[in-house]
Amino acid sequence: MSTIAFIVIAIFTLAGALAAACLRKLIHAALCLVVAFLGLAAFYFLLGAEFVGLVQVFVYVGAVAVLIVFTILLTRRVDEDTGGINWAGAAVAAIVFGGLAWAIYRTPSLAISSSPIEALTVKQIGETLMTSYVWPLQCVGVLLTAALIGALVLVMEERR
Amino acid sequence: MTVSLSLCLIISAALFSIGLLAALSRRHAIFILIGIELMLAAANLNFIAFWRFGPDPQNPTGVMVAIFSIAIAAAEAAVGLALVIAVYRHYRTTNVRRFNQLKG
Repeated sequence: MSTIAFIVIAIFTLAGALAAACLRKLIHAALCLVVAFLGLAAFYFLLGAEFVGLVQVFVYVGAVAVLIVFTILLTRRVDEDTGGINWAGAAVAAIVFGGLAWAIYRTPSLAISSSPIEALTVKQIGETLMTSYVWPLQCVGVLLTAALIGALVLVMEERR
Repeated sequence: MTVSLSLCLIISAALFSIGLLAALSRRHAIFILIGIELMLAAANLNFIAFWRFGPDPQNPTGVMVAIFSIAIAAAEAAVGLALVIAVYRHYRTTNVRRFNQLKG
């Protein structure tokens, strides 16, 4: 696993996420969010979870980002000001990051490096999904169906 | 310097904090949803990192949890954005400060 690639992808991902959180124009923020999600998918590839990386690209970049862009276009008004950063929220986020980083830095058992492993094949994932995880799989299917029907009901025009 | 578990966790913590920043400090509903998505993605990165650096990487539990978490994040995004559109139809704005009909 290349450390330089890891650092470069980390900088890309965090810069994209920061731009998505702080930019004034919504559509630019949504496009920066795509950059952050692609960086995360690259992380998954580097860490040996290729299937999760592909799912990340399909679901987040292909579906969620497009959904966000559609919502922005449907709710856009020319005169709308998205507002700046509320500094109290920024302070809370910085404090949370400081606490998390302090806890990670102070835990010695987390400083382990990776050992080379053979990649998890899709066949293995599919077999596990269909044997030990078949109930969660069905529940996620029901949840997705319910969520999509609920989303449709929410945005349906009211008939008088 | 090699890639270690703590480096992954630091990146994930930074991503979570950026999501928290977007969710807490913006007044626009879509930015709040973007922040929530970023926080969920940071949690996924943690799952994958702990699976990869854990004692038994051949056991794909972390990958399974990450896949289910991505599916749930997709459902959350669909319902959240539908709510934004429904609220926009009612108030003609997506600024969360203006959603004050239930305010005491």
